[in-house]
Formats: sequence, structure tokens, C-alpha cells
Amino acid sequence: MEIKVLKDILSANDQIAERNRALLDSKKVTVFNIMSSPGSGKTSLILETIRALKKKVRIGVIEGDIASSIDAQKVGEEKVPVVQINTGGECHLEAGQVGRALESLPLDRIDLLLIENVGNLVCPGEFKLGEDKKVLILSVPEGDDKVHKYPLLFSMADAIVISKIDLLPYARFDIPAFLKAVKGLNPKARVLKVSCTTHEGIEEWAEWVISAMRR
Amino acid sequence: MHEMAITQSMVNLVLDEAKKGGARKVKNINLVLGELSGVVGDCVQLYFGLMSKDTIAEGATISFKTVATQAKCRQCARVFEVKDSEWLCPECHSISIELVSGNELFVESIEVE
Repeated sequence: MEIKVLKDILSANDQIAERNRALLDSKKVTVFNIMSSPGSGKTSLILETIRALKKKVRIGVIEGDIASSIDAQKVGEEKVPVVQINTGGECHLEAGQVGRALESLPLDRIDLLLIENVGNLVCPGEFKLGEDKKVLILSVPEGDDKVHKYPLLFSMADAIVISKIDLLPYARFDIPAFLKAVKGLNPKARVLKVSCTTHEGIEEWAEWVISAMRR
Repeated sequence: MHEMAITQSMVNLVLDEAKKGGARKVKNINLVLGELSGVVGDCVQLYFGLMSKDTIAEGATISFKTVATQAKCRQCARVFEVKDSEWLCPECHSISIELVSGNELFVESIEVE
């Protein structure tokens, strides 16, 4: 006997993501799922965001890593609530892990929750966490040819941040070619350029963050 | 590594559906995988062997159906298969295209007794 199923394998994850979303909606918390390869500057951008917006926005952070709490310690020094999730080998965060992390965050005192996903440009795209916006970071040394190598993530991102732009004089990164590729695959994405070292572009990024928050 | 999480979700889904259908044994799983989903069939097979042990799905086969990556041109509406990462409309050569398939990851049906 054949049983028709026609169900997405990740439907269980999606349902939990919906539950996270409903909880965060009720608490009026905006959530960003921040994704990139390892070393592109997710933590640095989170730290810059906190420093730029701390006086206007109450920020909370969930740090996802395969192992260690190095990132959570760095973020904790900024005196914002932070929870570290160690996935123990898994290459992405899942909605259930985020749901458990939400239980230890003071959601009534958070306006913006930044979730740092595990460094990876493939799998995190498959697992919804309950976010409002997907932010994708690509650093200058990684090269401008990544849009069509990782089309799934680039096609679903709400904002694409080119990081480490202070390295443009030393690395080959053709910004017009990159913008053209992004525009082709994902014309709605907002592309921003930042350097967390020189702080160039951070103000514009902070403005986008504010504009992307719930009213 | 994400095949582990994906296979576990698949096993849960299959066992759930089999139970609902009153099945005693799952014989085959028809699984649909998009090329872009980044899921490696061999890994799913390997994990499935381990995760289905001592369940009614133990020993079931998995039939993989792969879905090609397809895109639609935003200029001329042509739908085409994306091959060798050529993200270009073969008709009008526009690069303004949207993904229409390739991200599938679902259980189409299960064969049970």
C-alpha cells in the first residue's frame, strides 16, 4: 500500500519556527537571522550594531557556534543579554534550539534580537528560525563570485552586507559585478557596504536596521 | 553535516505518517531532493540505516527523485534549467532571473504494509 505524504521534511522545524515567531510577535521583538561563512565578520557586525544603537534600541543576541562561548563572551562585554548555543557538530541553527534559547532571554526588555547563525553559506538557508529578516554577510576577501555559487542564500536574503571594505585595495572584489549578480537573482535585497575596522558604512547599516524593525 | 538533522526529521515524518496509516512495516520511501538543497543522498542513506534501527522503517529502501534547478527569466518569462551555474536566460541573455525549483526536500509517499 502506498501512502501519499507530500510533506516537507523540515515541516517540523518550520512549525517550531512559527511558534518562535508567534512568541516574538507577542513580545514585539524584531529578529534578524545573520548568516555568512566562518570569519566574514558576523560577530564584529553584531558588536558594531550594539555600539551604534545601544542608546535607541534594546538588543539581545543569540550566538550559534559548533563549539565554544568565545562570541557570547565578547557580546556579553557590551552588557546586552546573550545566549550561546553550541550545536556540537551541526552546521546550522534549528528552530528548536532558538526556541529553548528564547526561554532564557528577557524578551520583555528586548526590541531587536540578533541571531548569529553557524558560519556556513549552505545549510542555514534551509532552517527557518522564526526570523523577520535574513541578513547575509560576504567579506571582501571571499571574492565577488559567491552569488551564483550559493544561490539559495543569496536569493532569500533581505539584506546583503559586504564586510571588510577596508581591504578593497588589497583584494580583488569587483563591486559592480557583485551588485549586478545580486540584482539579477534578488532585486529586492538591500546591499550595504561596511568595515567594522574603520566603521565606514556602519551608520548606513544602523539606519537600515532601524528601518527593518517593527513599528 | 546537515544530513543528520534532515534524516532525523525524515525518519520522524515517515514513522508518524506510517502510524497514522496503520502500517506495520515501511518498505520504501519516495524522497524528492532538489539539486540546490545541498543534501547528499548517500549520507541520508547512511544515517537512515542507523536512525531507523528498531523502528518499523528498519530495512526500508529510499528512492531518490532529484529535481533540477530551474529558473524563470524576469524579462521574457522563459523557464530554463540552470546548468553549470550559468545564471543567464538562454533566450534573451538577461541575468534577471528567479529560482523556481531546485530547493525541494520532501517525502512524496511511503510504501507500507
